Amino acid sequence: MIGSPARSRRAYVNAKVLAPMQGLDCEGGILVEDGWILAVGKAVTRESVGATSTVIDCKGRLLIPGLVDMRVFTGEPGSEYRETLASASEAAAAGGVTTMIVMPNTKPVIDDAAIVDYVLRRARDTAKVRVAPMAAVTKGIAGEQMAEIGLLKRAGAVAVTDAVRAVTNANIFRRALTYARDFDMLVVGHAEEPSLSGGVMNAGEMASRLGLAGIPAMSEVIMLERDLRLVEMTGARYHVAQVSSALSLDVIRRAKDKGLPVTCGVSIHHLVLNETDIGAYRTFFKLTPPLRSEDDRRALVAAVADGTIDVIVSSHDPQSDDTKRLPFGEAAFGAVGLETMLSSALTLSANENISLSRLVEALSQRPSSILGLEQGRLQAGAPADFTVVDPHMSWKVEDASLRSRSKNSPYEHRTLEGRAVETVVAGRSVYEYAP
Amino acid sequence: MTSTATRPALFKAQHLLAISDLSPVEISAVLDLAHHYAGSGKNLPHGDRVLSGQTQVNLFFENSTRTQSSFELAGKRLGADVMNMAVSTSSLSKGETVLDTAMTINAMHPDFLVVRHQSSGAVELLSQKVSCAVINAGDGQHEHPTQALLDALTIRRHYGKLEGLTVAICGDILHSRVARSNIHLLTKMGVRVRCVAPTTLVPSGLPNFGVEVFRDMETGLAGVDVVMMLRLQVERMSGAFIPSLKEFYQFFGLTEETLAFARPGALVMHPGPMNRGVEIDSSVADGAQSVIREQVEMGVAVRMAILDGLDRSRRAGDTP
Repeated sequence: MIGSPARSRRAYVNAKVLAPMQGLDCEGGILVEDGWILAVGKAVTRESVGATSTVIDCKGRLLIPGLVDMRVFTGEPGSEYRETLASASEAAAAGGVTTMIVMPNTKPVIDDAAIVDYVLRRARDTAKVRVAPMAAVTKGIAGEQMAEIGLLKRAGAVAVTDAVRAVTNANIFRRALTYARDFDMLVVGHAEEPSLSGGVMNAGEMASRLGLAGIPAMSEVIMLERDLRLVEMTGARYHVAQVSSALSLDVIRRAKDKGLPVTCGVSIHHLVLNETDIGAYRTFFKLTPPLRSEDDRRALVAAVADGTIDVIVSSHDPQSDDTKRLPFGEAAFGAVGLETMLSSALTLSANENISLSRLVEALSQRPSSILGLEQGRLQAGAPADFTVVDPHMSWKVEDASLRSRSKNSPYEHRTLEGRAVETVVAGRSVYEYAP
Repeated sequence: MTSTATRPALFKAQHLLAISDLSPVEISAVLDLAHHYAGSGKNLPHGDRVLSGQTQVNLFFENSTRTQSSFELAGKRLGADVMNMAVSTSSLSKGETVLDTAMTINAMHPDFLVVRHQSSGAVELLSQKVSCAVINAGDGQHEHPTQALLDALTIRRHYGKLEGLTVAICGDILHSRVARSNIHLLTKMGVRVRCVAPTTLVPSGLPNFGVEVFRDMETGLAGVDVVMMLRLQVERMSGAFIPSLKEFYQFFGLTEETLAFARPGALVMHPGPMNRGVEIDSSVADGAQSVIREQVEMGVAVRMAILDGLDRSRRAGDTP
């Protein structure tokens, strides 16, 4: 659906244009033709674009590069009842996300060039926003045999990862990192030592009071330490998909200080929620890694602000009622997040010490540059993927208003402030907010 | 080269365990003699059958039809009595150690012991315990010196020299004794050696061997005079060192397309046995630039020269 962009010239004017990696923070606009940006900045005004363009007045709202979400789970192929690429892309568009990076733990697993090709073709034919898959780093994400990293990259996979599993065999992971480096392929790690992760929520007082088995932060730290030592040994580009604890941040800082090619992500949920939100066994707050303490959450927010954490993801993980409306211990992990990520992030900039510029970097520009994509930037010649944001519009999260096929949002019934009001992919408007 | 009495020494070593046993001058002398044998070896006059009355034992702890028959033929052409012992099928399965086997063989008083063993250093160990000349026919992932000599002879016969050439050794360097012996020999003789392989198949510290390491065929083969492919040990590769044979062939297989990166007319070599469609395409293996059959032929000549040379070294040692 992205394949044939609008051919006419369109100008979005009277906006506050914000793209820190291009040094843009000004009143102005953006001029688009055939899916590409022709011009952006102060010079683009209603007067300057002339009569040849369709003019859209942004009414002083924020215009930012479209969000690039590095961690999206869909059910396609294999579990379409949870989410399809199409339904996920509806949610993405409504949340200002213009590129979704989908995870490989589908059925079948995305561990073969033909399946990468399938996902890309399905996305082209059915999805509203751009889709690029990460492929498995081991066959069947079984942690035993290296996947065909070279052929997967050639087919269009943007990184390799075993999604929700760490490759526990250190020698296999070492070889995969070594091999991936030859192809300059990014390896994305899931930092969790399985033998320490038998629990269902953060280990500590809260878990003890609820009588639930805990997952200590050390589970994350140990695997992360191991991964970073292997990165030091092999020189591979490595991104840890999500961190959840303050202890992990020290590990990341040390690796970055050493100059290792390491980047770090965090889910939006871990920046705005903590373990006490679980309250009376609310399973929509059962996540992997688990929500941690308030101290951890604050440390994560500070790490986004200072750049230790590079990327914010939605970790959008649609789960049906069958797997969520269960006793806490038996319920599935995961929450949807594509539609609420931007709004939650805006509350961070309103209430905590993270600038809007830093958020735009973490939500769009950094993920794009880590993955080597050409989107995520506002400059002439770049793809016309952007989002118009009203930072003050309040809206209520309800089942009926969520476009995702699954409704497991931890923010259900909450009122959020700020949202995408128009989302543009390849020059085409794919979403317009209608209250 | 002529009769027994007047044969000058080829080299000093009493055994051939590794390429380091030979100096560059000695390697040239071995190749000269091998070249001579390659011309006339099959029809040597009786007086030139210099190993007449001597005993050569081929002791193969690891199966190898082609190397064993090559050594057998080399010994027989020089007049030696050759005995093959396939140890994997006999005493080792009854719990005998390498050294027990060596003692048994020593009691038979052979003059030459040709040994292949799956463990690096096992041939060296044997050589310390027996009183005859020992030839390493391949030990683990360490060395296979006669293979490197026959490869060098093949190259020299085509180019008339070794010095100044550029040779690319491609594929499973990590597990290859052939690669190690070739690297040592060729660098010693002034050849520029490149290794082309995914990093998972490159032993650590390889650049310190005096070679350049490349990660893709296009840059690795650019302008080389010789492309030497290695056998991929398919049974222990898949998913561990490389993702799959299919992917290896796509990125590191020698095809007409990848061969085109090399100098026009570059030689194509392979120590055998080949995995057609894995590390090498049939059209290249059987093509005009392939000298793979010639390598086998040179194998017999080189092994004759080594047997002859060791016999001379031994005689020089006996009569000071």
